[in-house]
Amino acid sequence: MTAPFRKTFRKHGLALVTLLALAAAPFFGFGDGFALSLLARAMILGMAAVSLSLLVGGAGLVSLGHAATMGIGAYAVVAFDAAGVSEGLIVFPAAIAAAAVYALVTGAVSLRTSGVHFIMITLAFGQMAFFTTSSFSSLGGDDGYTLYARTEWLGSRIMDSRLTFHFLCLGLLALVWVGGTLLLGSRFGRVLRAARENPQRALAVGFQPYPYRLVAYVMAGAVGGLAGALLANATEFVSPALLSWTRSGELLFMVILGGVGQLGGAILGALAIVLLEETLSHLLVYWRLVFGPLLVLSVLFLPDGLVGAPLRLRAAFRFASPKRRSADA
Amino acid sequence: MSMLLVQALNGLQFGVLLFLVAAGLSLVFGVMDLINLAHGVQYMLGAYVAATLGVWTGSFWLGALLALPVALLVGLALEWLVFRHLYRRDHLAQVLATFGVILTVEEATRALWGSAPQTVLEPSGLTGGPMGGVEIVPGLLYPTYRLVIIGIGIVVPLLLWFLVERTRAGMLVRAGATHPAMVSALGVDIRRLFTVVFAFGAMLAGFAGALASPIFPVAPGMGDTVLILCFVVIVIGGVGSIRGAFIAALLVGLLDSIGRAMLPDLLRLLLDPSAARQTGAALASMLVYIVMATILFFRPAGLFPGGRAA
Repeated sequence: MTAPFRKTFRKHGLALVTLLALAAAPFFGFGDGFALSLLARAMILGMAAVSLSLLVGGAGLVSLGHAATMGIGAYAVVAFDAAGVSEGLIVFPAAIAAAAVYALVTGAVSLRTSGVHFIMITLAFGQMAFFTTSSFSSLGGDDGYTLYARTEWLGSRIMDSRLTFHFLCLGLLALVWVGGTLLLGSRFGRVLRAARENPQRALAVGFQPYPYRLVAYVMAGAVGGLAGALLANATEFVSPALLSWTRSGELLFMVILGGVGQLGGAILGALAIVLLEETLSHLLVYWRLVFGPLLVLSVLFLPDGLVGAPLRLRAAFRFASPKRRSADA
Repeated sequence: MSMLLVQALNGLQFGVLLFLVAAGLSLVFGVMDLINLAHGVQYMLGAYVAATLGVWTGSFWLGALLALPVALLVGLALEWLVFRHLYRRDHLAQVLATFGVILTVEEATRALWGSAPQTVLEPSGLTGGPMGGVEIVPGLLYPTYRLVIIGIGIVVPLLLWFLVERTRAGMLVRAGATHPAMVSALGVDIRRLFTVVFAFGAMLAGFAGALASPIFPVAPGMGDTVLILCFVVIVIGGVGSIRGAFIAALLVGLLDSIGRAMLPDLLRLLLDPSAARQTGAALASMLVYIVMATILFFRPAGLFPGGRAA
């Protein structure tokens, strides 16, 4: 392997392997309806988690209200459905735009603050969106809305095939991941990261962080809207629970469990959380009694997330082995 | 007019409960720089313990009093198990770990008490018959218990103010909030100070839960709603400021109660009844957040910025 390739692989290998495994999964025992819908959910939440990771890892903005953008995307789909419109070329852009506008308005206020204030305000705005959706009595209010037909594309019902839907989600997930990674590497991303590391220095060099952060916030919101529109199609049911603050907490967890440093970690984190939840809830009635402590333990003992775990293990091993240490010295 | 008065009293009483929870949250944040999502869990446990012990002992007040040490012990246990390891971590790690604690404790509550709300009767002697209410204006009875809550809610903040501003322990707490390293260098065991403040905050939240148990449904999610409103209170009032928290708590309580009661009626003047009810309900639940956004737009640090220097 050539050196630059090796470097790229070390950085993004885990995410690449995960995506390849997801591509192969339907042909190796995960092709039944249940497994496919589970994987679709994981990939869609992974998309939202990648967009949140862009904010948390890239810009240092810990949003505890990201589920709202997803919920708005999902509610856009059912609102069009209730109005008799199910054409994807109308529904999807509208869902994305709605979430982006929400992110623009709430971001404009939230980004005036930072740190803990920012966490609390995004949480409050998320709650506001939650209460708004539960008051839509024409869309089922608290009870939610059942989507009887998935979104069509130019009149054809291609999303009805679970396998097509699987690869659609996978393709979009890969697109979001690659796009986000390129964005973070670009000049724009560098300004974001500089403002995260040291806002004062970024300002001194002549970059006002606010507009950059707002653009990133809106972009993440748009991706959240896309994920929400897909999720409405995947589950064919939308309720305010989609916007609950625990959902935002879960998304944040996916980001952290995967590892904040890399966007790909969020994909891994989403997969891990969805599969863990599914397994535990099948085994136990009060499964959160195991899930909750696991989350706490992962925060306490895996500060770099799953992506960082191999490196951490290697570092520990290197430290433990005196031979290697003297060779390094 | 009397309707407005009743709603204002309800709002005061809700605001007072919010303050009891928000005060602990704000203290813990101010002194330890710890953002504790699991603070709402203490409120919920306070309500559950008061409900159960109230039935066992046959007296609501005994149950509510016994809920205090229980909330204190749970707070100490959680601090020892989880929060102690989070003081040096960033806010993100704190949010996530305390989120995990919420999931665990709420599930444990569901396993122990079930998902259905518990019913708690208002304390005897204060409910039913001529003792049930106080005539606040001619011909209008207001439940005595709710007035008692308002009374407690005026006494406790005064005690808290005295404790923080006029005693040695309070002086350490204030110093620990602004200059933790200096306090530690002067020979104060800052770890122990943290533990005491944490346990005290947990107890206040548990007390609020016990007081709220006859008024609000006692159910597993009850802590979350209050927690989020408390965040709004702290953000409006200014992080780390007790005075700010008190004023903001009353403001949020009043806005919420009066908004819910009045907005649908007000909108009926403009819209047809069913649309007015729907929009009014949505607007009422958003009102608090809209006010918060407005205040922050003009004063990003809240009404009474204070707290940490660092």
